[in-house]
Amino acid sequence: MEKFTRITAVAAPLLRINVDTDAIIPSREMKTVGKTGLAAGLFAGWRYQAPGSRDENPDFVLNREPYRQARILLAGANFGCGSSREHAVWALQEWGMRSIIAPSFGAIFAGNCVRNGILPVVLDNALIEDLARQVEADPASRLLTVDLVDCTVTAPDGRRHAFAIAAADREMLLEGLDGIALTMKRDDEILAFQGHDRLRRPWIYL
Amino acid sequence: MARSIIDKLWDDHLVADLGEGTSLLYIDRVFLHERTGSVALKELAAANRRVRNPEQVFCTMDHIVDTLPGRSDSTRMPGGTSFITQTREAAHAAGITLFDIGSSDQGIVHVVSPEQGIALPGVTLVCPDSHTCTLGGIGALAWGIGSTEAEHALATKTLAVRKPRSMRIDFQGRLAAGVTAKDMILALIGAHSASGGVGYAIEFAGEAVRALPVEARLTLCNMGVEFGAWTVIIAPDQAVFDYVRGRPYAPRDQVLEQAIAYWRTLPSDPGAVFDREITLDCSTLAPQVTWGTSPQHETGIDGTVPDPAGEPDTNRRQAMERALAYMALQPGTRLDQVPIQAAFIGSCTNSRLSDLRAAAAILEGRRVASGVRAICVPGSTQVKLAAEREGLDRVFRAAGFEWRESGCSMCFYAGGESFGFEERVVSSTNRNFENRQGPRTRTHLASPVTVAASAIAGRLADARALAR
Repeated sequence: MEKFTRITAVAAPLLRINVDTDAIIPSREMKTVGKTGLAAGLFAGWRYQAPGSRDENPDFVLNREPYRQARILLAGANFGCGSSREHAVWALQEWGMRSIIAPSFGAIFAGNCVRNGILPVVLDNALIEDLARQVEADPASRLLTVDLVDCTVTAPDGRRHAFAIAAADREMLLEGLDGIALTMKRDDEILAFQGHDRLRRPWIYL
Repeated sequence: MARSIIDKLWDDHLVADLGEGTSLLYIDRVFLHERTGSVALKELAAANRRVRNPEQVFCTMDHIVDTLPGRSDSTRMPGGTSFITQTREAAHAAGITLFDIGSSDQGIVHVVSPEQGIALPGVTLVCPDSHTCTLGGIGALAWGIGSTEAEHALATKTLAVRKPRSMRIDFQGRLAAGVTAKDMILALIGAHSASGGVGYAIEFAGEAVRALPVEARLTLCNMGVEFGAWTVIIAPDQAVFDYVRGRPYAPRDQVLEQAIAYWRTLPSDPGAVFDREITLDCSTLAPQVTWGTSPQHETGIDGTVPDPAGEPDTNRRQAMERALAYMALQPGTRLDQVPIQAAFIGSCTNSRLSDLRAAAAILEGRRVASGVRAICVPGSTQVKLAAEREGLDRVFRAAGFEWRESGCSMCFYAGGESFGFEERVVSSTNRNFENRQGPRTRTHLASPVTVAASAIAGRLADARALAR
C-alpha cells in the first residue's frame, strides 16, 4: 500500500451532501474481477454526457483545468455513503486522488480509504466551504497541504487546521502497513480465544 | 456496570485490546457474494494466504446472476459471467460453502443467512456488503466491510475495529394496519437524515419493534446503513429463538438450549447508558414513500412534494433542488397523484415470504394498471418455493406481475436490465440514488404493500384503501 505522509496539491470542490458510492463508481463500470481499470468510470454518471459514453460533461469539476490535476477532494457531509464497494476507493486512487476532506464519511468507505493509501480528513463543514472559496479564487496556485505527520490541513491563506484521526488508521497510512501481517503476529491470542470460546459457545464451531 | 447489548457482544468477542479505543474482535461468520467476495478470495489466494476456518465461511450468487427463468452462468450484465465463474472457482479452491446457481438454497445473501441459521443471535458476522446490518434483526452484531477487510477476516478470523459511539432509538406506540417496518425506517431517516446515525452502533428498541415479526425486524435493520449507522441491532427474544429453531446451520437439542440460555443474557441491562437516545412515535405513521434521490427525501403517502425554498440549510436545499430536477417533480404535488411506469418487489430489504404474502393480499383479484411493468423477485430460492407452495406465484402472475428466480435483480443497474430512461418505478428496495436502478431511472422507495397498491393504481397509492 502507498504510504501517506504529506501532500501539497490542487484541491477540487465537490460540496454535495450524501455523495454515494454508486455515484463515485456506478455498478455498470465494474466490469472485471479486480482492483484496476476503474479510473475511467469514476463519477461516470456526472462526468460524462450520457450513460456509457465517454463524452465529457464540461461542467463537471474534474473535467476542468486545473482540477484534472487535483489530488485532494473537498466534499460534503456523508461522502461515500451507500454500497460497500471498495471499487469506489480503487477508482479514486487510480484517478490520482490522495485525500478527501469532508464533514463526515460513510463508515465502510472511510475504512476502505485507509486500507488503500487515501487519507480521509474530517473537518467542520463551514471550514471546508471556506477552503473551497479560497481555492476557487485561483485553484492552480492556491494549493492545500494535507499533513498526516502533524495532522493538519494548511489553507492557501496560510492558516493551519488540526484534524483528528484514529491512531491505528494514522499508523497504517504513515507506514503503508499490511493489516493481515500485523494481526497474524497475534496468532497465539486468536488460538487462545478459540480454545476458550469453543467451550463457552460450541454452536459457533461448525 | 450496566452494559448494552452492543457492549456485551463487544466484550464477548474481544481477542485483544489494541489501544486508543480499537479492539481486535473475533468474527464468527463471514459471508461473501460474487460481486465483492470474488475479488477478496482472489487477492487472498494471490498473496498465498488461506481462509483460516473455511467451515465458517459462506458464499452465494445473488448480485450478478440473472433472475430470468432458465438462467445459467451467462448474464445480461457486461462481464457478469466472469464474476460468477471466478467466484465459483475461488470458493471451491478455498473450501468454503457456496450456494450456487441451481441450488435450492441460493438467494440474496441477507435473506439466505438467517434462513439457513448461519446468522444467529449474538454472533459477529461480516460481509463485503453494506446491508449486512440487516442481521441485527435477529440479534447478530453484523456489519458491512470492504473487500480488503474481508480478506483480513478470512485470513485471521478477526477484524480491528474502533468502537463506535452508542445510540438507542425508542420506536414508540403501535403501527396502524397497512403500515410496516419499511415505513418505520424511512420515517426515521426522514426525521434525522441519511447521516443521522454516522459514527454510531445503534440499538433499535421500543414497543413498535418488539411487536414486529422477525422478518420485519430484518427489514427495519436492513436500512440502518441508509441512516449512516456503523450497524444496528435488536435484542433477541422468544420470537427470534422460535425462528432459529430447526434451521440447517442452527444448533440443535441440548446445544440449542445452551445457546438460548446465553442469548437470554444479551439484552441491554436496565440502566445501560447510551451516548445518544432518540424516540420516534410510530402510532401516527402513514405509509411512507420517497420523493427524491436520498432515503432522507421521504414523506407520508398522504403528503406532498416539499418546497426546497422552505429548507434553511443551503446544502440540503441544493440537494433537494437537484433531486426534484432528477425526479421531474414539482413542489406541492400530492404524492398519491404521481403516475408510475414500473413496480418492483424484491431485494434484501423486502423479499421474504411475509413480504410476498402481504403484497399478494393486495393483488388478489386485481390487475396491474395498463402500461405498468411489474416484477416480483423472491429473496431466495427457498422463499420462492415456499411462495409457490402457497400459490402466491399464481396471484402475482394473475395480477400481471413477472415472477422471477431469486437474486438482487433490478435493485441496482450494472449494465444489464433496467427500468428505462426517465421511467418512474415504485420499488421495495433500499436506495433511490441517481441512476441506481438504471440511467436516469426515477425510484420511489416504499413498502411491498405500497408497491402492490401503486402497481394497481398506476400511480403512487395508499395500500390502506385497498385493504380487505
